[in-house]
Amino acid sequence: MTITHPSASGVTRSGGPDLGRATHLSCRECGADVPLGPHYACLECFGPLEVAYDFGAVTRERIESGPRSIWRYRDLLPVPAHVADIPNTDPGFTPLVRADNLARELGLKALWIKNDAANPTHSFKDRVVAVALAAARELGFTVLACPSTGNLANAVAAAAARAGIRSYVFIPSNLEQQKITTSAVYGTTLVAVDGNYDDVNRLASELAGEHEDWAFVNVNVRPYYAEGSKTLGYETVEQLGWRLPQQVVIPVASGAQLVKVDKAFRELVDLGVVEGEQPAIFGAQATGCAPVAEAFKSGHDVVRPVRPDTIAKSLAIGNPADGPYVLDVTRRTGGAVDDVTDDEVVEGIRLLARTEGIFAETAGGVTVAVLAKLLREGKLDPGAETVIFNTGMGLKTLDAVAPVVGPAGTIAPTTDAFHQLVSAD
Amino acid sequence: MTVAIRVPTILRTYTNGETDVTVDVNADATLGDVIAALDAGYPGIGARVLDDTGQIRRFVNVYVNDDDVRFAEGLSTPTPDGTKVSIIPAVAGG
Repeated sequence: MTITHPSASGVTRSGGPDLGRATHLSCRECGADVPLGPHYACLECFGPLEVAYDFGAVTRERIESGPRSIWRYRDLLPVPAHVADIPNTDPGFTPLVRADNLARELGLKALWIKNDAANPTHSFKDRVVAVALAAARELGFTVLACPSTGNLANAVAAAAARAGIRSYVFIPSNLEQQKITTSAVYGTTLVAVDGNYDDVNRLASELAGEHEDWAFVNVNVRPYYAEGSKTLGYETVEQLGWRLPQQVVIPVASGAQLVKVDKAFRELVDLGVVEGEQPAIFGAQATGCAPVAEAFKSGHDVVRPVRPDTIAKSLAIGNPADGPYVLDVTRRTGGAVDDVTDDEVVEGIRLLARTEGIFAETAGGVTVAVLAKLLREGKLDPGAETVIFNTGMGLKTLDAVAPVVGPAGTIAPTTDAFHQLVSAD
Repeated sequence: MTVAIRVPTILRTYTNGETDVTVDVNADATLGDVIAALDAGYPGIGARVLDDTGQIRRFVNVYVNDDDVRFAEGLSTPTPDGTKVSIIPAVAGG
């Protein structure tokens, strides 16, 4: 496809997709370069391909002049400059909530919750899908698709609806009912697969090979998709008043989000947008699927795949593609990767809800619980400014907390009945 | 004797699009022998799975039947008659 668009510097380019200031793809493992296109794994070494850019100048003023969505950072993403004009769900710029009650309860001086439940389909996936769709459109794809543990399915289905295109989403058949309903409602073709997420993902890879105009957002356009997670890091810095946090706790499924947030912090420093020390980055997993935490604690460089068994289904990736890079980032920045039991996850959800009025899904519970565990174990500095990411919304994982929360009692409509109830406390 | 190999999509350019191929190896063959036989039958595929020190590349998982060889005996893992070897790239999340 030949496209002629003005580039960031005003010079007309022709013959390639308009992906803003992106210039090519590069293998993160072996450095092999590949032109921009629907490629996702290095043909030399299977390593992940990453978008490379010629950013030029990037300033706070330019960012601040943009829309209150991820598109204020479009110069740093592989999308055309006019991306905000194309119908999309405008995700991002979610609240960074100062969590004084939770901080006090945990013995932390300064804690912020980046609350991505506030996105259009209530998870951070809206960000990566929006970027994937914008890039996929430029690459000539006409259908949007994904394998998913649920949040991505919701995001793809909604984004495709807003964009007016067809979509196919593939999920494990044992997914929470809320996540099934909240994808199907958008009119996507929803396919439930008898298997775990890794099985669904392998199926998607096979289908991506068979359908050349289908963009499986986290498979064949993954390098572009993954860049969307950088916006979590950019926004955190901007919302802190153009300041880097000192410690960040991030849930780990494939590990891509954690790796991209670290990249975002480094980009902002390299571009001169912000100064300061790189934040220490901590990964959070559930014990029932903690291959990266296990590798971290054993001092290994290689992540051994596991068979997931945890209520934190959105983190249930037994064979995480970015696992090795999570190890690199957390070790390099002075962080760690840790894991918590399913009971601790539920307590984490309840703790956050009780102290800050934020209802997180199980992934958020994992993050809060690991924050608490790292503090107890002395691995986090209680005096350092800390940010944690709540990546999704509790309504999508009601099964986790429904058994343990409910009314204080059921009473007759009399004041006596009420007084009896509360005096029994 | 025969060992079956499941080839991932990304490597099927080496196997003329075939998903499942077989190789003939000795009865006491190991995974290393199987990969060598695979490369003999489909030249170039071996270098995609093994790096230039001869080790399995970091972003590849190789299973002998259902076991990840990395924590079995790696390339020395025995592959008796009827073994199914699967080459699977590491998985991305969703």
